[in-house]
Amino acid sequence: MNKLFILIIIVALGSMLYPLVSSFDGNSELSSLAQFYAQPDNISKVNSPNLVTAIVVTYRGLDTMGEVTILFLTAAIIAFFLKKGGTTRTLRLNSEIFKTSAKLLVPIIVMLGVYIFINGHLSPGGGFQGGAVIASAVILMLLASPNTKLKHNFFEALESTSGLVFVGLAALGALLGLGYLDNAILPLGEFGKLFSAGAIPVIYSFVGLKVGAELSNILNKFQSVQSDK
Amino acid sequence: MEYITLITGFLIILAGLWAIMTRKNIIRIIIGFVIFDTGLHIVMVSIAYVRGGTAPILDGSVSIADAAQKIVDPVPQALVLTAIVIGLGVTALMLAYAMKLHQEKKSLNIESFKDLKW
Repeated sequence: MNKLFILIIIVALGSMLYPLVSSFDGNSELSSLAQFYAQPDNISKVNSPNLVTAIVVTYRGLDTMGEVTILFLTAAIIAFFLKKGGTTRTLRLNSEIFKTSAKLLVPIIVMLGVYIFINGHLSPGGGFQGGAVIASAVILMLLASPNTKLKHNFFEALESTSGLVFVGLAALGALLGLGYLDNAILPLGEFGKLFSAGAIPVIYSFVGLKVGAELSNILNKFQSVQSDK
Repeated sequence: MEYITLITGFLIILAGLWAIMTRKNIIRIIIGFVIFDTGLHIVMVSIAYVRGGTAPILDGSVSIADAAQKIVDPVPQALVLTAIVIGLGVTALMLAYAMKLHQEKKSLNIESFKDLKW
């Protein structure tokens, strides 16, 4: 009976969503906003081959700042919420293959993360993706050797510095009279090269460091609340 | 093409809602939220699709001059990037709550939490 009731709710919501599908007839051209971003003039003004990065870091950079703030807030709430020694953990012995391959893979995964956020303006990727890859290396390390103690203060310091540099670079654009979060505070360089697109690679690298440190901090928090009995 | 992804996205949303409403284990409810989230992302990306368009990354095949004719809409993709990160933060927060709830009652079954039920 209960399941039937839930099924009715699901079907009702599905029929509410149906007009959204039936009234959608696809796009044959870009929306006017995207057309503005894709104009040759505006592309060479930002000089970043990856337009998604151009939007995330420059045009809608303020949203990215809010997003980073939300992530920081989450980390802060989790740190406030989880107290040390709250739960006891049961450890399972890891196999030798897993431990050895984790040791081999962790530096490579961190390097891949750094590569992804440094090349964020050239190829698919960017600070958030690179930071998540770095955090995945950290979780692999924690799973392989559960007794690792991460340096909590280091991650905290890294995260705060990267956040400050991000806000500082954004404010520098306003101080130089170009506009908040303008990427032309550094030379724009040649289109498609690593050192191009002005401040975008710098900002995105710091966003990557910040996200990586923050997620690692959350994972570390989840691990450090567990104690051995 | 965009219809397939759009309908799949809506179906995934409904599947996530089903998981949220029928499961009893809190971890599974959280997984339901994540599935719901993923469905929303698929819907947003498929709305941005432009017929015959390619990824909004300019390289050998898409030059600066014909970018406006060849790429798909990059704005919703940037929004989805934001949404994924926020979703991650919310998921981490929900898992922290689940951990705290488990400390209280030593159980993850949603039916053992009746303190606010009346």
